[in-house]
Amino acid sequence: MAVEDVSLAIQPGEIVGLIGPNGAGKSTLFDVLAGERGPSAGEVLLRGQRVDREPAELRLARGLGRTFQIPRPFAALSLVENVMLGARAHPGERLWPNLLAGRRVASAERIALERALGILDFLDLGPLAREPARVLSGGQRKLLELARVLMASPAVVLLDEPAAGVHPALVGTIGQRLATLAADGLAVLIIEHHLGLIRDLCARAVVMAEGRVLCTGTPAEVLADPRVAEAYVGRPAA
Amino acid sequence: MSGWFAYACTFGVLALVQGIACLGLNLQWGQTGLFNVGVAAFMSIGAYTSALVTTAAIDGRLGGLGMPIVVGLVAAMAVAALASAAVGALTLRLRTDYLAIATFGVAVVVDLVARNAVSLTGGTLGISFIPRPFASFADRPVPFAFATFVLVALLAFGAYLVLERLATSPWGRVLRAIREDERAAASLGKSGAWYRLQAFTVGGALMGLAGALEAHAIGFLSPDNFTASVTFQVWAMLVVGGSGNNRGALAGAVLVSALWSLTGLATAAWFPPDEQARAAALRIVAIGVLLTLTILWRPRGLLGERTAVSRHLGGAD
Repeated sequence: MAVEDVSLAIQPGEIVGLIGPNGAGKSTLFDVLAGERGPSAGEVLLRGQRVDREPAELRLARGLGRTFQIPRPFAALSLVENVMLGARAHPGERLWPNLLAGRRVASAERIALERALGILDFLDLGPLAREPARVLSGGQRKLLELARVLMASPAVVLLDEPAAGVHPALVGTIGQRLATLAADGLAVLIIEHHLGLIRDLCARAVVMAEGRVLCTGTPAEVLADPRVAEAYVGRPAA
Repeated sequence: MSGWFAYACTFGVLALVQGIACLGLNLQWGQTGLFNVGVAAFMSIGAYTSALVTTAAIDGRLGGLGMPIVVGLVAAMAVAALASAAVGALTLRLRTDYLAIATFGVAVVVDLVARNAVSLTGGTLGISFIPRPFASFADRPVPFAFATFVLVALLAFGAYLVLERLATSPWGRVLRAIREDERAAASLGKSGAWYRLQAFTVGGALMGLAGALEAHAIGFLSPDNFTASVTFQVWAMLVVGGSGNNRGALAGAVLVSALWSLTGLATAAWFPPDEQARAAALRIVAIGVLLTLTILWRPRGLLGERTAVSRHLGGAD
């Protein structure tokens, strides 16, 4: 079992760090929360509604967005169209309105375009809006995934290592933007090995090891916990 | 001279009929990545549907409703769409090669039904006296051929406009996203299964229309009109013309049809009558060579896919 007996809750406006050694089950936990794997036991609640029996594609409409550990941009599409794909309830994404209600689609598309460009600017990707996503660096791809998810105005986002392999200057940007979003009420659960980012952003960190929660507390508390160091470097030889 | 003109019109009719099927395949494969190798089956379903709806009643055969051709065409699209939706609902969970095997199986089933369900399809003898458009001046071959060509050209152009509108819409953008990365698309709330089913159904409806038009253009229909080599040809058209590009689909249809016709003239001229049937195999070889050269030298086809999707964004090249 990759993840067992894990219980955690996130409040609006809170940024919670999820840390732990490789293989601790962090990404698997994300997959369960995002609906890509069904839990064999337990519940996933989103704003009080039970969602663990629903497929992944319904999560965003419920207010939960995610990014991936290895970014998954639509490489052939431009950045702005990548972001526009995050739009919710866009009439143009249904077949018939495109043939029968062209004006309504065009105006929805204009609104989506404005919003997508605004989000790209917010994440410093504005100048690249019309470039295909394949030209982006690894760090920019992470930002693009965040932009796509933000397009849907989610209540909760799950970010899987947003700073891994990212240029240090960009890590600062990501941190600042997340802090701004959280101040506006977004709940963020963030997997990250970049402990500086966790220390700066999170009031609370959850440490996982071997599929279970090892401890919870402020970043300073959990990083000082000897069990955490042990989980990372392995048990000292007896 | 007028003989050549009538020939050119007939060539245009058959090329554009396959062009319509190719547009349908472009929606399925070019835009959505659905590996349908049962193209001929959906054309066949459309052809038989329209034939049964429009021909006069015959003892011992179902259908024979004697309805106008336009009703037949609409029915052909509807039944082919229904068949596609049913096949799609069963098979679209399968990916690429497995979907190919499943759709090939459907093609074999449809072919066997066409050959054996005599009371429905006329069996191997097929269905004759399918009403032809503009039959009132069938005795004047040139205007007749030209009028048929104009009708098919208008329908092909209409199909192109509709598909182009869909391809450059937010709906088309979702198809592209699902084709590129279904998991990422699902994380953005797009159901891969639902969109694939829509693309497969609309594409199937166009194949049905193409099959029905072919039946009405020729006036006769048998299972030999829709063999596996038709599927191969439509695929060759799409690859040569440019997968993912509607104009490419039509251009490929004209180009491959031209090669097919020219090689037909060539084999007729160069081989003795008793070798003609065997020489016909060389025509398929010629298409195979064109396909191989395209993949080697111009893998994106004559006209490739565009980067910008939505026409609403401006700046689309």
